[in-house]
Amino acid sequence: MLRLFNIEFYKFIRSRSAKVLSIIYFALFAFIALFSSIRFNFGVVDFRVAEQGIFNFPYVWHFNAYFLAVLKIFLAIVIVSLMSSEYTNRTLKQNLIDGLSKWEFIQSKFSMVVVLSLTSTLAYFIISLILGLVFSDFTEASIIFSDMEYIAAYFVKLLGFFSLCMFLGILVKRSAFALGFLFLIWVLEGLVRLFINFEAKPLEFLKQFLPLQAMSNLIVEPVTKLEAVSSAANQLNPEFDKDYGVPLTAIIIVLVWTVIFVLGSYKLLQKRDL
Amino acid sequence: MAERILILDRLTKNYGKLKAVDNLSFTIEKGNIYGILGPNGSGKSTTLGMVLNVVNPSSGNFRWFESDMPTHDALKKIGAIIENPNFYPNMSAYENLKLVCKIKELDVLSIDEKLEVVGLLDRKNDHFKQYSLGMKQRLAIASALLNDPEILILDEPTNGLDPAGIHQIRDIITRIANQGTTILLASHLLDEVEKICTHVVILREGKNLYTGRVDEMNATHGFVEVAADDPAKVKAFLESCEEVSKVKELPKGVMKAMLNQPTDAATLNQKAAQQNIFFNHLIKRKESLEDSFLEITKN
Repeated sequence: MLRLFNIEFYKFIRSRSAKVLSIIYFALFAFIALFSSIRFNFGVVDFRVAEQGIFNFPYVWHFNAYFLAVLKIFLAIVIVSLMSSEYTNRTLKQNLIDGLSKWEFIQSKFSMVVVLSLTSTLAYFIISLILGLVFSDFTEASIIFSDMEYIAAYFVKLLGFFSLCMFLGILVKRSAFALGFLFLIWVLEGLVRLFINFEAKPLEFLKQFLPLQAMSNLIVEPVTKLEAVSSAANQLNPEFDKDYGVPLTAIIIVLVWTVIFVLGSYKLLQKRDL
Repeated sequence: MAERILILDRLTKNYGKLKAVDNLSFTIEKGNIYGILGPNGSGKSTTLGMVLNVVNPSSGNFRWFESDMPTHDALKKIGAIIENPNFYPNMSAYENLKLVCKIKELDVLSIDEKLEVVGLLDRKNDHFKQYSLGMKQRLAIASALLNDPEILILDEPTNGLDPAGIHQIRDIITRIANQGTTILLASHLLDEVEKICTHVVILREGKNLYTGRVDEMNATHGFVEVAADDPAKVKAFLESCEEVSKVKELPKGVMKAMLNQPTDAATLNQKAAQQNIFFNHLIKRKESLEDSFLEITKN
């Protein structure tokens, strides 16, 4: 397995686009942290994002998991291009002729998906920890290390999403088209959800099985949980009570999708003549 | 019997209704140089694709090294280049070969040595995309040689190259062949196969038309062309000879007689003279490989 990751990593660090996009991605992480600690001073308005309570432990885990996950599209491009360039350069064919099996090829690609997800999770953890330590009102260890489920959710979310990207890269063979296809899936899921909402209410439970929906279900929006917002919401609607936890079903559904995408990639490769 | 490197057994590939390779069987023995000869679209690349794990056979099977090891493991012991050289454009030649070493689980020490063989050592740090086609092809050969392969498979290695490039590649192949490496060379160029190979498999529309030694391909006893003042008499004479299997009339009264046994032109001349026929034209020739090839591949 290490050999297979080694092969993929070797390709990764020698691909200019993969390197540049990854650097942008992790730079954006750092930038967001920096940005939120800036104090905006416009004379009358003296505003600091960090002082609105968003970096309080353990809320920061949830808040950052939700918003930093948006940036994953940068790494998605990296993964799609790592896949499809093997087709466009015909290096996949050469890899197989040189003695890599098709399953080994998928394993080496998937190992990169896992490592990129892990790296991103680690970056999210470190940045949240730093922001929390600097701005949080509470810094007791027991509070800092509560709500750790968001870290797992963040990792699973990225893992599932990147596996989908890997699958699309192999399915479509062209990066631009694969990203277009991803967008298409997003639109289609939206249409399916609309249809269920308005025409097929009894099928409501099916929505959670849609791949992108399942990934999004992992981390619910944290904004209404913020104290200021939630007290306002409670005044408007005293019934307002939302579960902000990480649903175990969503974790399972996304992991099952991950397995489907990996095996699907393999089946595609196995069936195809190159 | 010599060690068998590759055995193809009724290998078939259909693309829809088209039979790209049709029930192809042949065996590759160690130490020989094989040519797969056939026009474009005759199934050469598809055949190589199947034994190289990139094309799924529709039926039939093949075995490497008379063992049951998985194909991808067997491929680590061979070296192959197919159609166009495929490498990572943004990596240098050296980096590309290092990747191949990682895949084949080889030591990187031999890289420089192999680059030297193909004359690319001084360009080893240039990006692959900056290479000319000839250099790319030579890099592919270096890559295929990294593991000191049991067999070297080359698919149209001189395709698209200029005469100097073709010469260089043939030179390299001949040198490798002289070291005793088994080679399988697919080509549509008869003279390439004739110059390099000891054995040949001729394909047309996926079917095997001939398998055997190159020098047995035109293993006829040749033919003679004769002419005398009276063509009719010459024809009658030739038809009466037991050495002659077939007589064909050529323009200007020249007769072409196919021989069915080793025959001296002098013997024939003497016989004719005894019957008072005096040739004013007598040539004994062997058919060229090209004639034999066209004879074999004609519809």
